[in-house]
Amino acid sequence: MTEPIIRIDRLDKSFGALKVLDGLSFDVMPGEKLALIGPSGSGKTTILRILMTLETITGGHIEVCGEQLYHMQKAGKEVPADEAHLHHMRRHIGMVFQHFNLFPHKSVIDNITLAPMLTKAEPKARAEARARELLEMVGLADKAKAMPSQLSGGQKQRVAIARALALQPRIMLFDEVTSALDPELVEEVLLVMKRLAAETDMTMLLVTHEMGFAHEFADRVLFFDKGRIVEQGPPDKIFTTPTHERTQTFLRKIIAAGHRV
Amino acid sequence: MGDWSGYLALILQGALVTAQLTVMGSALALVAAFVAGLGRIAPFAPVRWLATVYIEFFRGTSIFVQLFWVYFVLPFAGITLSPLMAGVMALGLNVGAYGAEVVRGAILSVPRDQYEATVALNLTKGQRMRHVILPQALPLMLPTFGNNAIELLKATAVVSLISLTDMTFQAQVVRAQTGSTLIPFITILILYFAMATVIASGVRALERRMTRGLDGVR
Repeated sequence: MTEPIIRIDRLDKSFGALKVLDGLSFDVMPGEKLALIGPSGSGKTTILRILMTLETITGGHIEVCGEQLYHMQKAGKEVPADEAHLHHMRRHIGMVFQHFNLFPHKSVIDNITLAPMLTKAEPKARAEARARELLEMVGLADKAKAMPSQLSGGQKQRVAIARALALQPRIMLFDEVTSALDPELVEEVLLVMKRLAAETDMTMLLVTHEMGFAHEFADRVLFFDKGRIVEQGPPDKIFTTPTHERTQTFLRKIIAAGHRV
Repeated sequence: MGDWSGYLALILQGALVTAQLTVMGSALALVAAFVAGLGRIAPFAPVRWLATVYIEFFRGTSIFVQLFWVYFVLPFAGITLSPLMAGVMALGLNVGAYGAEVVRGAILSVPRDQYEATVALNLTKGQRMRHVILPQALPLMLPTFGNNAIELLKATAVVSLISLTDMTFQAQVVRAQTGSTLIPFITILILYFAMATVIASGVRALERRMTRGLDGVR
């Protein structure tokens, strides 16, 4: 019996008086592809941001690769994690953002090699060889020397994916990675992610409004509303015969808005 | 009337002192600006307070008084500085206080998503600042740094009060010896303007270099 790679246990998160996550618990198995769907404000992006340590938590526990993410042991007592512990934990996790967040002052290849050279002390030649392989994989081998400002949105996002992959994380988080793209550029990014899902055993968590893609991509779909999981299951089940009324309403609205399921 | 070339040489000697003060003062101002500017956003509260006290003190009192303190009052505390060092110190710390706010503002204006990307890539705090935040903040600081350097150049004239023979001091000497006001003061007017132009175009060139490829960012 394999152990879950992520264990979320009664997680609470509030922004001031606003409760975003409310006693949330779920596990993710190694290699699982998970789609998190739900109305905006349901807390799905917050989960990814918490896993990437971009937020703090209000209560509960998260275990990643067998270790506590936000807690550590000190003199036999559990205390909040310090920066060194977070740094130690982050090497397991990579994230791709909605707005790409490429470094505008660095070329495409320097964007990709920066972190491996700094955090893993990889020699430049090796980091660049690996970066070129990754660019090849995302179909941008000819853009190594380009600056981010010279790329289209879809190309930027593919570079951002390559940049996150360069650190070889075991878990990848995709936060609405196609939401900021023009419709005709969405496909090229989704194709890269599909290949990634098919060719690697990385664990992937995807927050998306592309229901058709979630359907194809995910092993399991989690429907969120008001900081809780309303319903979860295999995509065929969630997208065709959702049992919960809120899931049905949400999917109906999404279809009415012109999204494929 | 005397030998004008001799008087011009005198003024040029003064120009050298002015240039020296400007370069050394700007160097100190730059260091002070970064130390205090980063101090203002440090996670450790006493560091923030210290930086704030420095900035508010030097912005809130006159350069004239600061210079007198450095040159005439510090010796009572056992710190005796040469007139040049005192001038550099007063000018550098004064202008550095203004620069500190520029450093702080520029760092804070780098979009938050850049910081988040550095966390996701697991860079350490120092690496984030050095490789991602500062390279993007520097081009934002440059135009104001240029202004500050020109302000510093013009403020160097106050050092004549502590017997430094800068350009303005020498112009006064020439005026006293020749009785001509127009010629020495036109000369230094042009020289100040020329020096300011050198600073301005230098900063612009630097700016162009640093923002290369940054057009239409993000």
